[in-house]
Amino acid sequence: MSDTLHYEIVSPERLLKDAEAAMIVVPGADGDFGVLPGHAPMMSTIRPGVVAVYASEGAAPEKLFVKGGLAQVSPKGLTILAEETISLDGVDTAELAKKIADTREDIADAKDELAKAHLEKELDWMLALAEVAA
Amino acid sequence: MPSLKDLKVRIKSVKSTQKITKAMKMVAASKLRRAQEAAEAARPYAERMEKVLAGLGLAVKDQPGASPLLVGTGKDDVELVIVATSERGLCGGFNTNIVKAARAHINSLTAAGKTVKILCIGKKGYGVLRREYASKIIGTKDLAGVKRLGFADAQAIATDVLDMFERGEFDVATLFYAKFQSALVQITTKQRLIPAPLPEAANENMTDELGGAVYEYEPDESAILDDLLPRNVAVQVYRGLLENAASEQGARMTAMDNASRNAGDMIDSLTLTYNRTRQAFITKELIEIISGAEAL
Repeated sequence: MSDTLHYEIVSPERLLKDAEAAMIVVPGADGDFGVLPGHAPMMSTIRPGVVAVYASEGAAPEKLFVKGGLAQVSPKGLTILAEETISLDGVDTAELAKKIADTREDIADAKDELAKAHLEKELDWMLALAEVAA
Repeated sequence: MPSLKDLKVRIKSVKSTQKITKAMKMVAASKLRRAQEAAEAARPYAERMEKVLAGLGLAVKDQPGASPLLVGTGKDDVELVIVATSERGLCGGFNTNIVKAARAHINSLTAAGKTVKILCIGKKGYGVLRREYASKIIGTKDLAGVKRLGFADAQAIATDVLDMFERGEFDVATLFYAKFQSALVQITTKQRLIPAPLPEAANENMTDELGGAVYEYEPDESAILDDLLPRNVAVQVYRGLLENAASEQGARMTAMDNASRNAGDMIDSLTLTYNRTRQAFITKELIEIISGAEAL
């Protein structure tokens, strides 16, 4: 058994990461979970949140915001199919707050259920991003 | 017999046309490289998505309450045909081929007594289909302003399609696009988007990918699938559009290469005629001078 975990982070546009790590914390839909080498095979959807990659034990994690997606742990490693990833460094909190306010207004004005559902989904990840960026 | 001046003017005009086609070929070649890279970069995601979906889909397919995106609405009376074409012309038979395939499909559906709705992506296909099926076209998507095709563009289209599906406006969706094989060969492809196509049975490749392991699902299988299926539509649309973009540039490159070569041939033959005419003219003048001198 190797003591590192092979992981891949893939976005629809390209393969973002393909490397080894000691541990990765994934924001699963039913709660965060840490993946260590030798984790039992599982599949989970991801809620908007931060994926933390610990390159080695005790090291500071590399953080990456994902808008949602799917995580698959197989005997070969961890694969994250991310819908969209945002680097935490480049977040403009003031602009984000404005966007959140705009989206809230749009939800109030939304005519039908479908449009409302889409906007609420948007709001979801913006709120999650605002939380970690703050 | 055209005069010398006429010939000169024609040669000049063909030469400037050749310059334009040559430049367009160069531009298409560099755009093709970029489009091809983008298409290749998008491949891993789509492939993994496909595998996960196939594995899950087979497990859930027979359960009651499976998503209509997977098993269909139970009928196929109304079909949405999505035709992805280019925004610009001058790319050989690219748009014609896609439209031709779509038209054959639409006509066979109509003959079978089904209702067809058409969604056009790109204005070239719309221009042609409008003449024949104006009443069937329910919308167009314009990508003219898009410089670099991103996943968000595909997602916007997919969201619209899914909304229509939710409202029960169609039962089956099919996407027409050209798959890129090489600059010379593009394969017009018909792909079913909704319900999601599943392999007939689990093949060996797939079980290998899943490592033969028993998976734990969090939340349960059907919840994951409900999340995955709409996203899969967006991914498939995105892949289709990327392939289309690469094919378009490939087709344009080939078409412009041919055009440049044709222009070259034309210049050669025009130059030959020009020189012959010039020589004939000189000979004629000489004869005139000589016969004039002899008459004296």
